[in-house]
Amino acid sequence: MTRGILGYGVHVPYYRLQRSAIGATLGAGGGKGTRAVASYDEDATSMSVEAARAALGSFAAPTPAAVYFCSVTPPYLDKTNANAIHAALNYPSEVFAGDMVGSARSTTAALTAALNDRRPVLITSADVRTGRPGSGDEAALGDAAAAVMIGSDGDAPVIAEWIGTSSITHEFLDRWREPGWNYSRVWEERFGESVYNKLVAEAATVAFKDTELSAADIDRVVISGLHARAVRSAAAAAGVSAVPSAQDLTAAIGNTGSAHGLVALAQALDTAEPDETLMLINLADGCDVSIFRTTDAIVDYTPARPVAQQVQQGNDSLEYAKFLTWRGYLDREPPRRPDPESPAGPPSERNTGWKFALIGSRDRGTGNVYLPPQRVALEGGAVDDYELVPMADIEATVATFTIDHLAFSPSPPTLAVVVDFDGGGRFMTELTDADADEVHIGLRVRMTFRKVLTANGVHNYFWKAIPVR
Amino acid sequence: MGSRGIKDQVAIVGMGCTQFGERFDRSLDDMIIEAAHAAYDSAGISQDDVDAFWFGTLGSGTSGLTISKPLKIDYKPVTRVENMCASGSEAFRNAAYAVASGAFDVVMAIGAEKLKDNGMSGLVGAQVPDDGTKTQITAPASFSLLAPAYGEKYGVEPDTMKAVMARIAWKNHYNGARNPRAQFQKEVSIETICNAPLVAGQLGIFDCSGVSDGSAAAILCRAEDAYKYCDNPLFVKALAFTSGPGAGPLDPDYDYTTFDEVTRCAIDAYEQAGVTDPRTEIAMAEVHDCFTPTELVLMEDLQFSKRGEGWEDVMAGTFDLDGELPVNPDGGLKSFGHPIGASGLRMLFECWLQLRKEAPEDRQILSVDKGKTLGLTHNLGGRPGECVSFAAIVGSELG
Repeated sequence: MTRGILGYGVHVPYYRLQRSAIGATLGAGGGKGTRAVASYDEDATSMSVEAARAALGSFAAPTPAAVYFCSVTPPYLDKTNANAIHAALNYPSEVFAGDMVGSARSTTAALTAALNDRRPVLITSADVRTGRPGSGDEAALGDAAAAVMIGSDGDAPVIAEWIGTSSITHEFLDRWREPGWNYSRVWEERFGESVYNKLVAEAATVAFKDTELSAADIDRVVISGLHARAVRSAAAAAGVSAVPSAQDLTAAIGNTGSAHGLVALAQALDTAEPDETLMLINLADGCDVSIFRTTDAIVDYTPARPVAQQVQQGNDSLEYAKFLTWRGYLDREPPRRPDPESPAGPPSERNTGWKFALIGSRDRGTGNVYLPPQRVALEGGAVDDYELVPMADIEATVATFTIDHLAFSPSPPTLAVVVDFDGGGRFMTELTDADADEVHIGLRVRMTFRKVLTANGVHNYFWKAIPVR
Repeated sequence: MGSRGIKDQVAIVGMGCTQFGERFDRSLDDMIIEAAHAAYDSAGISQDDVDAFWFGTLGSGTSGLTISKPLKIDYKPVTRVENMCASGSEAFRNAAYAVASGAFDVVMAIGAEKLKDNGMSGLVGAQVPDDGTKTQITAPASFSLLAPAYGEKYGVEPDTMKAVMARIAWKNHYNGARNPRAQFQKEVSIETICNAPLVAGQLGIFDCSGVSDGSAAAILCRAEDAYKYCDNPLFVKALAFTSGPGAGPLDPDYDYTTFDEVTRCAIDAYEQAGVTDPRTEIAMAEVHDCFTPTELVLMEDLQFSKRGEGWEDVMAGTFDLDGELPVNPDGGLKSFGHPIGASGLRMLFECWLQLRKEAPEDRQILSVDKGKTLGLTHNLGGRPGECVSFAAIVGSELG
């Protein structure tokens, strides 16, 4: 039985911060290039949903047996974050959902569990990377999500076969964060580099021995880790410096932490030919090596949202003050309006399909589509004569719109649009990842899963529209 | 089955209305006492003569106790009603039906709202616990949806739309400047209106009605008893109310250039009153100009203008104080202010003044002298696509 990658997808947020904007404001720090910035209405969970949707839209995906959510920045503790992803993807309750959160090695933990499973497993990995204003992390890191479905040939065609894995674990102080901090601390970098170099060498040796491969058999290496200096010297440490590396995305989007290995892998797979051997090296409190070989099936794999396209489509006009506000470093005066209410538990639970998966209804009599689902038909008045219809993947057109300067929003003004879905159905929703001057009647939009706001510690996840770009 | 109406069965024999505005010096109780006693005095009666009460408010109090305690009502029926921004009209409508039924001889409809004590900008509504999936936009944003849709449908450029909206605000400020009870008693130039900070969409602050405190009241009795109290009563010609399926946000056929509820409500009201050509038969109209595009669309829904031509009529001055059909001669919600529960009764108060030629000289409409005897009041609550609508027609003559 061939086991490996069935599908993958990535979500790179729309906004970019020019690193030079940091220095321009603070007088120091910053640098060249841009970093990807999760919008004010995105978090690791919402970005994971978007990455998963990108993956599931790329192939005939089976229903997985489990969904694992990996992040250093989980939106909730105590409450399982993966459940919102599970709900947004409209998976049946038999599908397990669990979190592997806290450390940047969590993604490897999920990957290891999935590869050693026999069933299809969906992994999502996402971080909202923060650093104190002026810090190296603030400039160098970035926000993104990746999703990968691991499975076997019986589930769907394996596009990259799993050849082997090695993991070396070692306790040492390199990067840490106390729960509740919105930034990380790091030890002096040369120490970490020296430790990582040894760990990488060891992991590579074990991997080559177990797989009976050598550096000459590797077509591309994909190296990730939050220790930039150690990542730069890892190829040499692993003895693969002669092998072409995957394109370095850090200049354009930053180092995306937990997600970065999978983002870089996705970028490599987007352009990979059959029979390419890829070596993944991840540096996080140890070193993990995974080797995959692409199959003939990759030829038929069509990424719904290629990484290069998302990297290129970023909007780098984000002001540094807005970035700081979004991340909570700048406490701005709210409008003179009541504090927003959190969604209530019982109605949210009653309406899970609508709220999390954007499931509407279609009257059997008239074929009319309604959002949210309507029990009584608008025409004819038939009661409960409808079927449920998923709307999240259907594009729509703006019928009318407004720009609300008065409404409470974590990032005012609120852009509200009335949209008409292709094939029927109307809904008033927020338009996000868009500037006010982009909105017009006739604008084509698609739906995206967002965190509308947080109140009482409750994250209100729901769907918004974004321009089709 | 049918909406039969109660034409000429019920009369208004007294009315009262407080000054509207930021009444930081007056409590809700103060304003209720002031409006109620002004109405009693106007009808020449005492509170003991009133057999039952209807009280409209959106959120300034619950139950009949809200008025029976401050007014010291002596163990009489008090009904507290709420129908969003039409709450005051709703109190009047139900009070009129009670009189028409013969259940009571003399009743009072009173509306009041205290909005300015909460320290917030704009209107604040109570929130029912929900699943967090409703797009939370403010009232001006909801009504601003009308402007681009109207412009798109009828080929009116955004600059022209802005000018039309400004013309409506200018007119209502002009009228309000001649109304000593109004919140804003000041004329405002078109230029100032157009250059004001934006609140939502194309709406600037002058496109929005005044958030206001106030109270207004009416005394009603059977038509045959009217002249016992008053030499020149007003007679109820029509009372219409519609609440629909709220189809707008669900139905792509809804185009945000009309209020279906208002269109239906107006048809019903005109049928009850026997009005066939509203534009020429009605002396004046008080309409729900919560925001300037609302008034524009209402001119068409109430059949004062043909579809797509309302904006031209606005610009031609048709609805000005000295125009063919004066609309909101008291300044409307825009200038008089909008203390929700009081507004419907405030509109009737202007009909009470104008149709009986008791309005201040500088805003007394001329159409009354031309033999026109009918006034229309219109209230809506909600937002485009999902609202409740009220329309009344009152007249100074029987028949």
